[in-house]
Amino acid sequence: MDPDLALLLNGVVSGLLLGGLYAAAAAGLSLSFGMLDVVNIAHPAFMALAGILVALLWAATGLDPLILSILLMPAFWALGAALYVAYHRFFERRGDEAIQGLAFFFGVMFIIEVGIVLTVGPEQHFADAAYASTTWRLGEIDLPLRMLVPALVALAAIGGLVLFLRRSFTGRAIAAVAQDREALRLLAIDPVRIKRLAFGISIAFAALAGGALVVVQPVDAASGHVFIGRIFAIVIMGGLSSLGGCVIAALAFGVVENVTATFYGPSWSPAVAFGCLLLMLAVRPQGLFGRVA
Amino acid sequence: MEGISRRGLGGLAAALAVPAAARAQTAPSGPPIRIGCSMSLSGGLAGNGRPAAIAHRIWAEEVNARGGLLGRPVEIVVYDDQSTGAQVPGIYTKLIDVDRVDLVVSGYATAIIAPAMPVVMQRNMAFVSLFGTGVNTDFRYDRYFSINCTGSQVKETFARGFFEIAMAMEPRPRSIALVNLDSDFHQRTAESARYLAGQNRLRVVYDRAYPPSTVDFAPIIRAVQAARPDIVFLGSYPPDTAGLLRAASELRVNFGLFGGPMIGPHITAQKLQLGPILNNLVVWDVYAPEPTLQFPGTQALIEKYQPIAARENTDALGHYVPPLAYTQMQVLEQAVRRVGRIDQAAIAADLHAQQFDTVIGPLRFDAMGEWTEERNLYTQYQGVQGNGVDQFRRAGTQVILYPSRYRSGEFRRPYTAGAA
Repeated sequence: MDPDLALLLNGVVSGLLLGGLYAAAAAGLSLSFGMLDVVNIAHPAFMALAGILVALLWAATGLDPLILSILLMPAFWALGAALYVAYHRFFERRGDEAIQGLAFFFGVMFIIEVGIVLTVGPEQHFADAAYASTTWRLGEIDLPLRMLVPALVALAAIGGLVLFLRRSFTGRAIAAVAQDREALRLLAIDPVRIKRLAFGISIAFAALAGGALVVVQPVDAASGHVFIGRIFAIVIMGGLSSLGGCVIAALAFGVVENVTATFYGPSWSPAVAFGCLLLMLAVRPQGLFGRVA
Repeated sequence: MEGISRRGLGGLAAALAVPAAARAQTAPSGPPIRIGCSMSLSGGLAGNGRPAAIAHRIWAEEVNARGGLLGRPVEIVVYDDQSTGAQVPGIYTKLIDVDRVDLVVSGYATAIIAPAMPVVMQRNMAFVSLFGTGVNTDFRYDRYFSINCTGSQVKETFARGFFEIAMAMEPRPRSIALVNLDSDFHQRTAESARYLAGQNRLRVVYDRAYPPSTVDFAPIIRAVQAARPDIVFLGSYPPDTAGLLRAASELRVNFGLFGGPMIGPHITAQKLQLGPILNNLVVWDVYAPEPTLQFPGTQALIEKYQPIAARENTDALGHYVPPLAYTQMQVLEQAVRRVGRIDQAAIAADLHAQQFDTVIGPLRFDAMGEWTEERNLYTQYQGVQGNGVDQFRRAGTQVILYPSRYRSGEFRRPYTAGAA
């Protein structure tokens, strides 16, 4: 195969795998920010917290990190639901969610990060999945399982979430609360309860993303910082309340980053990826799959 | 006048016979000598800031046990800078103007040292820094002293060890790839590699920096492979180092020489994670537990440090920052003892004039406050098996290849990222 073509194909494939990780990180935010209009800037910090908990549990049990992250999801759901109760009580109910709510989640982010440092230390934590050092090769295309398995698990979980949102009554209520919370009351559905449930799900997805992250790289208290800009960009690019759009945007982001890094150097990757975001928003302000208001 | 009894004479004789050192071990008294610093106890630099703080504490406890400094106890006043340079000027202003500390030293790393400089310079205080690279190039402060082995000629000397190893290879390499993190330290190290590649007539076939936000390193390693260099010089910080070496393993690299200032394996957790992937990796370092690099106090410090680190959940081995952090306090202590009082100008003059015997060996400072003789170590991991920690305590696992006076093993090639 022509070396440049092999480089291009590998860049695209590795970008898709990286996009899978981004999708895992962005899916929860798509739910909270895109559907519930809760600007949870602390989402990547929850992801880092989950990654560290997974690493500690992995050290204690030896279980697969992704399985551990799935086992952590109920606890993170409960944490998210409790957090939403506080957010709703002190900010949303009073109509202070815009700036003060944002400050609240900034505070949550710092508390998580400092809490991690004070309790488990500032060191990096890692978890070695059994498959992490295996790479499948399809001709000249490399498929490192360290990237492939987390991407597939994340995409499967997002697929399950999409089905839940489309097929179940509660899922449709979650989609509806984003559009008209008062209309839900007419159906005798408590929008606060629905938002609490949905916010819990978004934080549970942060747990899954944390498990995916710790398979890919070591995690420390500040690991979430790298993802803040990216995942907000992905959610906006995908069209805010569209999980499908979020996945496609995440994959596109990964491919643009990696192909740029391969041919033009990694310094250009973020600039080109965010440039694409700006260009797309100029052409299609509602995002890939967003609806015009 | 009371006569002197035989018992009294005996007591006097015994008192005269007590060595001076033992008399100095009487408990220190008077107001403490307060030494102020910022330290990264949380945030991204805390992984190295906390071990540095432990080393400072060990030093203070030892000095106080020996009778203090100038007969007074020493007390370290430390504030967490949260790994944020913006916090640092405020911390030093408070230390000097409100806490009225007698002496100041820096926190860990260039990003924390540089913001402290204007405040310290304004108050004309002597300032011993920790792991700063080229900080004084712009400030040119005559009371600045650096505890870092890079010396003042970073461009000419930093990567010299790497290139000496490379140019001794047979056949001699003809091309090189340069990869570095887009950070101040790594820009300087890459500049040194670029300069020395030119001096050694090596063709640079890849020369790219990557941003700190990089998550996937496979495209970088793949592009380096496509450029077909004979040797690869990389500069990275811990999360990136893990990503680069994982990608190198997945892409089955095979280079005659691979490494550089890849900060990461210096931290115990990463040593354990990477295990055999480290074999034959050549890494810039400041200390390795090799028999050629043992000085009075080195081993004792590490043995004191490790149980504390285990209790405080920080770097288990303490081979990277603690020896230099302890040295930072040792040079200040020796200067103050020689001067005999807290006099910033006299302390600075002593720091410029004298040689210091420390746990990392003897050192002197030049006019810029850097070491007169650079001591960049280039080490190679050899024979790493599995992920156990004890192998990293033993000599022979991280052998020193450069400088030749500390050489403790022979260079092995190629680097294959753990592949058999």
